[in-house]
Amino acid sequence: MLDQLISSLTDGLLLGFVYGVAAMGLTLIWGVMSVINLAHGPIIALGMFGAYLLFTHLGVNPYLAMAPVAGAGLIVGLVIYVIAVHRVINAPHLSSLLATFAVNMIIIGVGTAVFSTSPQNIDYSLGSVEVGFLTFPASRLVGAVGAILVTACLYLFLYFTRPGKAIRAVANNRMASELMGIPSSRVLALSFGLGAMMAAVAGGLIATFFPFTILSGGPYELKSFVICVLGGLGHPLGALVGGLLLGGLEGLIPTFMPVSWVPVVEFGLFVLVLLVRPSGLFGAK
Amino acid sequence: MKACQTPGFWLPLVIVSVWGGVVLLIHQDTMRETAFILLMAVGLASSLNILLGYTGYVSFGHIVFFGLGGYTGFYLLSAQDWPLFAAAIGGGLLSALIAGLVGLAVLRLRGAYFALATIGINEAARAFVSNFEPYGGATGMFVNFSVYQKYGGPGPALWTTFIFLWITALAVLLVSYLVKHSRFGLGLLAIREDEDAAMVMGVKAPQAKTITYVISAFFPGVIGTLYFFKNGNIEPGDAFQLHMSIEMLVMVMLGGMGTVMGPLVGAAGYQWLRGYLLTSPIFKDLHLAVAGAMLLLIILFVPTGVVGWVRNHVRRLQKVLE
Repeated sequence: MLDQLISSLTDGLLLGFVYGVAAMGLTLIWGVMSVINLAHGPIIALGMFGAYLLFTHLGVNPYLAMAPVAGAGLIVGLVIYVIAVHRVINAPHLSSLLATFAVNMIIIGVGTAVFSTSPQNIDYSLGSVEVGFLTFPASRLVGAVGAILVTACLYLFLYFTRPGKAIRAVANNRMASELMGIPSSRVLALSFGLGAMMAAVAGGLIATFFPFTILSGGPYELKSFVICVLGGLGHPLGALVGGLLLGGLEGLIPTFMPVSWVPVVEFGLFVLVLLVRPSGLFGAK
Repeated sequence: MKACQTPGFWLPLVIVSVWGGVVLLIHQDTMRETAFILLMAVGLASSLNILLGYTGYVSFGHIVFFGLGGYTGFYLLSAQDWPLFAAAIGGGLLSALIAGLVGLAVLRLRGAYFALATIGINEAARAFVSNFEPYGGATGMFVNFSVYQKYGGPGPALWTTFIFLWITALAVLLVSYLVKHSRFGLGLLAIREDEDAAMVMGVKAPQAKTITYVISAFFPGVIGTLYFFKNGNIEPGDAFQLHMSIEMLVMVMLGGMGTVMGPLVGAAGYQWLRGYLLTSPIFKDLHLAVAGAMLLLIILFVPTGVVGWVRNHVRRLQKVLE
């Protein structure tokens, strides 16, 4: 029993790192411009297809493919910001929610026409790793390491580079940073691009674990909402912790009750946290 | 009554009455199906508008009330053998009750937090119902065929359902107008503009918001029961589609939020467009993308919707379109 518990917990936690990366993209965008990006799921799905296409058609190693996928994600994010988000950035929340949802519909619509909705998978196995009594697919471990690397890069970028500092300044107070000479529109576009990039990378990593379709981003988008709220909307590191928490829950719950109860617990917790501590479990008051 | 003389009051009601009446007169099955979907859209969009348009609270998961009400009504109909009318009211009342309980807690959140919470509630409800045995779990429920006998067979039963839906749609539009033009509605509009200022001026915001939430949840529950009775079966995937929730938002935005006429125009326009895109050979595969592009254009360039735009540009119509 205990063995089983620990092994499913490990499995969940490793997955949680990747969830964390996906949620970090969402939370970064929220933190900087108070926009909830409802096109997050389709961008995750695009990341999955990016890794898949590079692997099956060009034979690129799926982990090396993360670099071009990240670049493409950044560009997609910039384009979405310029076309859909920039005009509604100061409008009420409804406008930005619906504008990003419109982007969601466009991506899903075109994606369905191009890729159809039959499931694909990346046929690339790294074998499995054994640690004591634990056995898990090596791709999970690599995914988790990748997720930590991405988080570290984001952290270094935000704290030690000029554009990163500009992003934090704009997140803190857009008006004041504009007065200090920071081009806030460009910074907002960059943050949106970074958010999309995180989503695309997370999608690419998830594609190495599970089969996927163009619609697969949806569940991860919902999970990202839960994680962001657990970790506190707008805190990238909180998102990683929230991801681990959610991954851990997903690993633990099935050992106590049927798997189908997992979403009930997840979304129940989500609503509860929103009500009791909207700043997140780890966020400051 | 003074209200009867203002066109803003009777215009939407007359349009829906005549429309339903014509369908009843012609008595054609395909026409009824089309009108059913359209009237359902009108009812759902209008009831969402009562919350969204008047108080400015964005309920992204409003379909949860359609689903929960539909499930309850369906259960009462097929398992408890209630008549359709009573079951539909029962479904609506359960939705209203849940909205009251949930609203007390959730309506404290504002802006995007509220929107996120409503998505969470919808997903939680879907997941819960999938595991709830009396409601058939993940496979859902079917209408026992003998239930139709009460209404004189399946054919007449569908017509009865249509008439109920017609009345419901009229009731939603009537309530929508009455709310907007009451003292209570003025309080809601004040909340929409600035909640803190409204509270300072003496609007009991938490109470008013909860009542509005309850009203706007009642009708989707009724409509849900009627819809799933017409379909003959219900399952969690159909009942809690986040997608439909967003279609409701799109209809309200398209027509113009905060107006009585807007959701009617928006629902008709959206359904017509959807039908056109789905059947046209060019856009068939891309209908979702084209609808998305349309939505984006509306949000970016005509944020007040069709009715709002007309009201702002044609002064003489301001009194006609409410």
